Amino acid sequence: MAGRRPIIEIRNVDKYFGEFQALNDVSLTIHAGERVVICGPSGSGKSTLLRCINRLEEPSAGRLTVDGIELTGAKDTLRRVRTEVGMVFQQFNLFPHLTVLENLTLGPMRVRRISRSEATERARKYLDRVHIPEQAEKYPSELSGGQQQRVAIARSLCMEPRIMLFDEPTSALDPEMINEVLDVMVELAGSGMTMVCVTHEMGFARKVADTMVFMDEGEIVESSPPDAFFSRPSSKRCRQFLDRILEH
Amino acid sequence: MRDLIRRLTWLDVVLLAVVAAAVAWVGLRIQGTLNYEWRWEIIPNYLLRFDEQNGRWVANLLLQGLVTTVRIALYASVLALALGVMIGIGRTVKNLTVRMLARTYVELLRNIPPVVVIFIFFFFLSEQLIVAFNIEGWARGIAQGDSAGAWTFLFGDMRLFPSMISGVVVLALFESAFVGEIVRAGIESVGRGQREAAGSLGLSRVDELRFVVLPQATRRVLPPLANQFISLVKDSSIISLISVQELTYKTVELVSSTRAIFEAWITTALLYFVLCFCLSLLFRRLERQGRTEMRA
Ligand SMILES: Nc1ncnc2c1ncn2[C@@H]1O[C@H](COP(=O)(O)OP(=O)(O)OP(=O)(O)O)[C@@H](O)[C@H]1O
Ligand SMILES: [Mg+2]
Repeated sequence: MAGRRPIIEIRNVDKYFGEFQALNDVSLTIHAGERVVICGPSGSGKSTLLRCINRLEEPSAGRLTVDGIELTGAKDTLRRVRTEVGMVFQQFNLFPHLTVLENLTLGPMRVRRISRSEATERARKYLDRVHIPEQAEKYPSELSGGQQQRVAIARSLCMEPRIMLFDEPTSALDPEMINEVLDVMVELAGSGMTMVCVTHEMGFARKVADTMVFMDEGEIVESSPPDAFFSRPSSKRCRQFLDRILEH
Repeated sequence: MRDLIRRLTWLDVVLLAVVAAAVAWVGLRIQGTLNYEWRWEIIPNYLLRFDEQNGRWVANLLLQGLVTTVRIALYASVLALALGVMIGIGRTVKNLTVRMLARTYVELLRNIPPVVVIFIFFFFLSEQLIVAFNIEGWARGIAQGDSAGAWTFLFGDMRLFPSMISGVVVLALFESAFVGEIVRAGIESVGRGQREAAGSLGLSRVDELRFVVLPQATRRVLPPLANQFISLVKDSSIISLISVQELTYKTVELVSSTRAIFEAWITTALLYFVLCFCLSLLFRRLERQGRTEMRA
């Protein structure tokens, strides 16, 4: 990734929930087009870090710059950043009272201010991209988990963000549906999108990651290219973690 | 009906027999001690009366009261809904002052007996406001104006308009606290994930509320709101205390002029019951319909 422009810069970020420190002096630079996979044990702060990037959580200290915009508390920077950063949640979080198509057009129409017909066209394009063009008129509850997650990905893509964040997108899915979602993510990675994925799908990580990040107890313990990361992790904690999840 | 009889077990028969015996026994005891002459025949006349002068049937005390009760319940519930939605939203916003104000309002109303609340509202608020806005004079003007007919249809006798308005306002303020709590619960029942998804698309807080939270909250809030509306109809009898001429007030009037205590109150109880029971059947039916539509 050398020579590329940094698109996310995280500098010495701390995050406290009351007394509890969820992030401890985290620094990380992510370049445009880079694909980062974050892993680590439960409670290590992976979600919190991801949520700081699009300001679902407010860092307690440190600096965060996304696409040249320094994230401060101000409302307009917040919304600007959120339109540039798409987020896919473990629990999909589709809007259950809206059809798939309406889920996809809401953001572009209200935030990007494009017309309904243009938004619909765009929505159909991204439904195609996630391989479910035929489900546009259904409600989320009528779809399988894998289909719902792909709709959620399409919903984020409809905002045409520069960065996509994924927070364990496959861990709420039945095993047979995991691959259909991962396939979509691999295709997305191939299109040059900047991606930050929290996941324990190591097969996927090996295939797409430019950088592997291992977190533990609120700290980034290790950050290296996948080759090095999987063959000779430098820290003991990381090695133990990998041994545990690669066993099965 | 046949089905129902066939489904009765011996336990049901025993229970029904016990209840019937108890009622009969109490009735007999009362007959013995209570020297009361039943005059049910006078009641129909107080529902509908034949007006000799105009030669047509007109509503008398009880029916007048019932109509006023329905009017007041309708207007008060619209007002209570508007206020309640604001309070409910107010209780969930980020701004601390707004939240505290909404909370104070709700807590005050929930922890003071309704009768006391109603007197306070009446004497400190509606009486003063009615004078301040000269509503009496305005109503008198209307009663003599051209469109008097339409106004009378909507609000009844315009001379009673000020009293009716204070009834509506007082009842609405009282019920709005409960509506507010229902609305808040509805908003909070929409999970955090929904708000986060809306936020991460870049929707503004207003859009998030308008397109994501409120539509979902509305569906969950309708059944409890329907119940609250029925409560409001029943609670409206309290405003007879501030001389609003609704059903309960009219019944008191009827009792004092005819002394037909039991007949009058039993009739009134029946009127309330029929009104509220019909409403609850209606709401239950609408709810069932709504549910099947949602599934489709
Ligand atoms: N809103 C919150 N309030 C209080 N504590 C929180 C909150 N969110 C997270 N935490 C705590 O912060 C720590 C890190 O949480 P986080 O969700 O980032 O972990 P994670 O690495 O994503 O774990 P998992 O793999 O279970 O998702 C946890 O100990 C969690 O209990
Ligand atoms: Mg997590």
